[in-house]
Amino acid sequence: MSEAPDVLKPDPVIGPGHSYGSITEKIASIVDTGRQPKFWWVGFGVGFALLQLFLVSAVWLLWKGVGVWGINNPVGWGFAIINLVWWIGIGHAGTLISAILLLLRQDWRTSINRFAEAMTLFAVACAGMFPLLHMGRPWFFYWLMPYPNTFGMWPQFRSPLVWDVFAISTYALASALFWFIGLIPDLATLRDRAGDRVGRFIYGTLAMGWRGSAIHWYRYEVAYLLLAGLATPLVVSVHTVVSFDFAIGIIPGWHATIFPPYFVAGAIYAGFAMVLTLAIPIRWMYGLQDFITARHLRNMAKVMLATGLIVAYGYMMEAFMAWYSAGPYEAALLDHRLFGAFAHIFWALIAVNVVIPQVLWFPQVRRSTTALFCVAMVVNVGMWLERYLIVVTSLSRDFLPSSWGEYHATGWDWATFIGTIGLFLTLMFLFVRVLPLISIFEMRTLVPGDSKGRGGSDE
Amino acid sequence: MNMQRAKSNELAELRARLASSQGKQYWRSLDEIAETPEFVEYLQREFPEQASELNDPVSRRRFMQLMGASLALAGATACTNRSVEKIVPYVHQPENLIPGRPLYYATSFALGGYAVGLLAESHMGRPTKLEGNPEHPASLGSSDSFLQASILALYDPDRSQVVRHNGRIATWDGFLSMIGTAMAATEAADGGSGVRLLTQTVTSPTLVGQISELQAKIPGVRWHQWEPVNRDNAFAGALAAFGEGVETRYDFGAVDVVLSLDADIYTDVPGSIRYTRDFAARRRVSDDHREMARLYAVESTPTITGGSADHRWRVRACDVEAVARAIAAELGVPSLVGGQGLPAGMDHEAVVAIAEDLRAHGGHSLVVPGEGQPPALHALAHALNHHLGNIGATVVYTDPVAANAGLQLDSLQELVADMNAGDVDLLVVIGGNPVYDAPADLDFAAALDNVPTRVHMGTHEDETAELCHWHVPETHFLEAWSDARAYDGTISMVQPLIEPLRGGRSAHELLAILASGPEREGERIVKSAWQRRWDNGELSRDLGETFDKAWRRILHDGVVPDSQLPTREVALTAGWDQGQAATPGDGIEVIFRADPTVWDGRFANNGWLQETPKPITKLTWDNAALVSPATAERLGVTSEDVVALELDGRTVRAPIWVLPGQPDNSLTLPLGYGRRRTGRVGAGTGFDAYRLRASGGLHFAVGLSVESTGRRYQLASTQMHNSMEGRDIVRVGDFHEFRETGEIHHPHTHVPGPDESLFPPYEYAGHSWGMSIDLNTCIGCTGCVTACQAENNIPIVGKDEVANGREMHWIRVDRYWSGDVDDPETVFQPVACMHCDNAPCEVVCPVAATVHGSEGLNEMVYNRCVGTRYCANNCPYKVRRFNFLSYTDYDETPVMRLLQNPDVTVRSRGVMEKCSYCVQRINVARQDAKVEGRELVDGDVVTACQQACPAQAIAFGDLNDADSAIAAARKEPLHYGLLAELGTRPRTNYLARLRNLNPTLSADDQHLDAEDDHV
Repeated sequence: MSEAPDVLKPDPVIGPGHSYGSITEKIASIVDTGRQPKFWWVGFGVGFALLQLFLVSAVWLLWKGVGVWGINNPVGWGFAIINLVWWIGIGHAGTLISAILLLLRQDWRTSINRFAEAMTLFAVACAGMFPLLHMGRPWFFYWLMPYPNTFGMWPQFRSPLVWDVFAISTYALASALFWFIGLIPDLATLRDRAGDRVGRFIYGTLAMGWRGSAIHWYRYEVAYLLLAGLATPLVVSVHTVVSFDFAIGIIPGWHATIFPPYFVAGAIYAGFAMVLTLAIPIRWMYGLQDFITARHLRNMAKVMLATGLIVAYGYMMEAFMAWYSAGPYEAALLDHRLFGAFAHIFWALIAVNVVIPQVLWFPQVRRSTTALFCVAMVVNVGMWLERYLIVVTSLSRDFLPSSWGEYHATGWDWATFIGTIGLFLTLMFLFVRVLPLISIFEMRTLVPGDSKGRGGSDE
Repeated sequence: MNMQRAKSNELAELRARLASSQGKQYWRSLDEIAETPEFVEYLQREFPEQASELNDPVSRRRFMQLMGASLALAGATACTNRSVEKIVPYVHQPENLIPGRPLYYATSFALGGYAVGLLAESHMGRPTKLEGNPEHPASLGSSDSFLQASILALYDPDRSQVVRHNGRIATWDGFLSMIGTAMAATEAADGGSGVRLLTQTVTSPTLVGQISELQAKIPGVRWHQWEPVNRDNAFAGALAAFGEGVETRYDFGAVDVVLSLDADIYTDVPGSIRYTRDFAARRRVSDDHREMARLYAVESTPTITGGSADHRWRVRACDVEAVARAIAAELGVPSLVGGQGLPAGMDHEAVVAIAEDLRAHGGHSLVVPGEGQPPALHALAHALNHHLGNIGATVVYTDPVAANAGLQLDSLQELVADMNAGDVDLLVVIGGNPVYDAPADLDFAAALDNVPTRVHMGTHEDETAELCHWHVPETHFLEAWSDARAYDGTISMVQPLIEPLRGGRSAHELLAILASGPEREGERIVKSAWQRRWDNGELSRDLGETFDKAWRRILHDGVVPDSQLPTREVALTAGWDQGQAATPGDGIEVIFRADPTVWDGRFANNGWLQETPKPITKLTWDNAALVSPATAERLGVTSEDVVALELDGRTVRAPIWVLPGQPDNSLTLPLGYGRRRTGRVGAGTGFDAYRLRASGGLHFAVGLSVESTGRRYQLASTQMHNSMEGRDIVRVGDFHEFRETGEIHHPHTHVPGPDESLFPPYEYAGHSWGMSIDLNTCIGCTGCVTACQAENNIPIVGKDEVANGREMHWIRVDRYWSGDVDDPETVFQPVACMHCDNAPCEVVCPVAATVHGSEGLNEMVYNRCVGTRYCANNCPYKVRRFNFLSYTDYDETPVMRLLQNPDVTVRSRGVMEKCSYCVQRINVARQDAKVEGRELVDGDVVTACQQACPAQAIAFGDLNDADSAIAAARKEPLHYGLLAELGTRPRTNYLARLRNLNPTLSADDQHLDAEDDHV
């Protein structure tokens, strides 16, 4: 087997000239230097301020009732469910990158999996707020769970909302475990580097006695691989189940068998867009261009392009089936979306989710971080619009025209939504501050010429 | 328990105790705070009798039950003005009173003076619901929105509660001494000629007798009557036709063809509830009975009558007379003086067809003139009915039902003239609100200034109360004794169910004071009047051997038997037709009509009526200037644009509502809104159309100018979309096709059977409840909506929430238009929960809060509901209603708690609710049957909507009972399930609407196919 010519080799997934020590220093120092750059304070400040907005709007909501939102009859679900699906979708990329790409032995996943997983967890946390808050009587949320009780009542297992509870909580648990297991060697590194007792205690506790012995590494690898295998079906199942919330429903615009695959593709699409949205500024802020290289960005752009096309296919098939099925209600809804009251939303969605991302076909765009960042932001907006279209327009125009109605989001709808962005940013910045945002030990495996060694040789 | 004995030296200690307590504490008496031994003893022993059982673990559960019950009762007591000591457990339980079981009393409700008998449901002394009295001829058990909602007025927290003098709280004794002095002074000065009574329409024999007595005692006293929506036109029309003001009574039970000349026979005409019922019987078809009366409507403002009509023509109100003349001419009615040709909207072909049809059914036809149409049209209608041989068959005449017959406008004008001349020393306004609703040109308010002493008796401190020196609170009809006549003259009894909540007095009591009569209490006044009638032999001895027995009997029945006014023979006068009045100008016409929900303004503070969607416009909480699409386009305005309206120098600003079916060049301004002084509910709703309404054009006038103001005003409609979009929602068929073939043309869809589901079908071993709604007889009146609201403790949510689509009605009446956008056809469809056998809501509820009952009911378990709203989203009929906010929060208006039906759970915030098929009524019927040791039979269970429906369009019963009415309805060829193609298998089914078109009127402009709609 001869060496491939340089031009055919993929770009390296780590910048040149890095050693074990430099990698460790570069990544760990973000955490343990103790001082954060100005932009961290700005970002954290903004996120924390928005988090307060979330708290205020949640308190007001609980005080007054969900009537403070714009939901009504017939649109019983509004921003809350849109945001739930949006956040859950964003939460997909993490596990996909960590688990599926690990199993597929895509080495470029290494530098982005850690914060993508963190992103997943935080996005799921944000998503999890909405099913709770949107309930009329959220203090009884636990009735959705099967637990022994004096009522002698189980949840109603035919309801997709019960499936949601299981799917989302399982996903959250598996993602958290996966993330935590992956963190253990790095936590040990931080423990060893920690300058004070508090740091040593906290990181030491979390590292669970990791000493880097061969048996540790062996068990780690097995556990990690098993968890990856466990998490992989969850990537598909979570959004499939979320899509059942709609697909099981009888409402035109919801009742479609294409929803599960199209939701999963959409979720990956949204997830990668969000990873790009986060990765581009972070690598620039912390100077991590060597670790999150142009190749990473390009690969993510390609995944976005591919999943974006699946999503576009989903839109097309949804429209085609609405026409082809000759069902009057589905066809009428399509008409409302294409040419009627919701045409502006629909065509805006097509523009941002289908047309604009096609620029990713051009290598120049994939190479430009600015352009990529813009496209990713556009897709973030687009995926939100998609959920708006699905949730709101379907409910607005169902079977009996007498009950058709409009939905107008209130200030509290927006405050809650923006508030969860605050929650997300706050958690994200705290994560960057206290945990290595790139996997140190996995990066070290990428140092050219020595992929077998464990531990640095130049220290 | 008069325990407020705290001595002054204890007060300081009490304050200290209160100050030191944490948080908000509720205390019942000063002794409680003081924890005096008496109070502790009282707590333990006196009221919650078993309170000491708390220490006994075995009966702790029992204690909790009692505690809950006594807390509920304590809450109830706090709401009345009864003194606390009366609320103790019965020592001697009243006969017939079983706690938890309601009692029903017969009484009467009158609108515009015309009584409708009703049965009032009373739970432990609280009236909670009104139903029609099956023994009363004006009701036969049915009711309408006004009747249903009138109970809310009893508990209206904004009702006036105190006697006021110049706006300040005064005493009843103060009023008594004032009125006594004033009456004596004026009697001494000029024989009482300065004393004037102003009442609304009075039909009460007892009140009339009292007024006569007063006038006999003080001969100068004069009595004026004014009601803004009065029957002057009918009276003057009869006067013109027959030379005397007879009352017209129709018999819709014998009609084959009806021509409505701008008459809303289902709402406006006295006796409309009865007429609706009788006419529905003539229009109800079945496989075995393929006969159907035909209804033609020539009307201006679209009403439910036009909406239910087989043919409807829209003409301006001022042009209706020309149409009537053309029909009369076509029929060859003698003594007809000329005609002027047909107005826009009516063609000769139609006139000929109507005339032919009426002629062909002579003796079984009926021409009904509109209440707002001029006397000449009423005379024309009398002549038409005469000519068609309808007199004695479908039309009879009686003496007037209302006392003091005469033109109310003349009466009011006379009063105003006398007031302006300074001839009135003492004006006593009993009921009514002339300052608000008198014709604008009379300037009643200014005239009132010339009266030295003005007394107003009313239920509210309204515009008139504001300008009167004295205001006396008036009782609600459920608090007072009285009597009244129904549309046919039947005397109906009014008896109280509760002590006056607000300490009011009845009109009888006020008149007794004016006349210084011997009896001062309502009961004794009314009873002694009837005693006199008994003594004079005016009461049948069949009622009982003694007066007391007869009295109890008529109170029990609610009606005085055989008190119907006898029919009169009348003959047309020779010159009955004066020819058509001056040609209406070409200007824009303005029509004034009583609002379909707040009427003339008297119901402005009634939340149920405010929130009941108006049958045609579906507007709530506001009136609007109704204008046709073409005219709106010509004027350059659209719905919710505010326009400045000017008529003869008087102006008002009103929002526009574009209404298909309104005649072009004509604006309808519903009356009753824009009240300046009303309660919390009515404040700030609508605009005041009375400000344009002058005595020269009480019902319509030409020459309105409309100016756009560039402003917008939000209106809250419950239905945004008015077309069926070509969907198979309301099936409309051709009656002739049905008569020939037994079926109608409709889109054929596959309706999945019970086996076409993943889930096994339910078995219904016992009962299997179902409902059938006959769209052919449904008139869209929304009586069911209000009845359901009353029965099921449904809250009102207010305009903003309605505008946001959050109204809570469990049953709604959808109104669709099809055909031409300017002149559409109208269909109505009441929609409530369908109780699907394969319910989409049940499978999606994550907590099993909506479940399938063993008898087919889709049951909502409020306590289990967590409020995900998934069920509402997944309901194809969108009949589920969510408590988005705390709608039933009576902290500020605790009196409203008294109104609640104790058999129906009051729902909290965050909970879904919907039609329950009145499950509480099913359960009561089941219990009764069990107690009586028998099976439930068809008709035992009557839902609230079914009971109220004046057209009897709703059938309810057990589908497993092959002989039941509902089972029969299921076998009708016209029966269909709404959206049944979805596989929901709804238990509420519909019977298709039929149009009985006149075959000679070619169907070219009739749109039977639902597909063909452009609205």
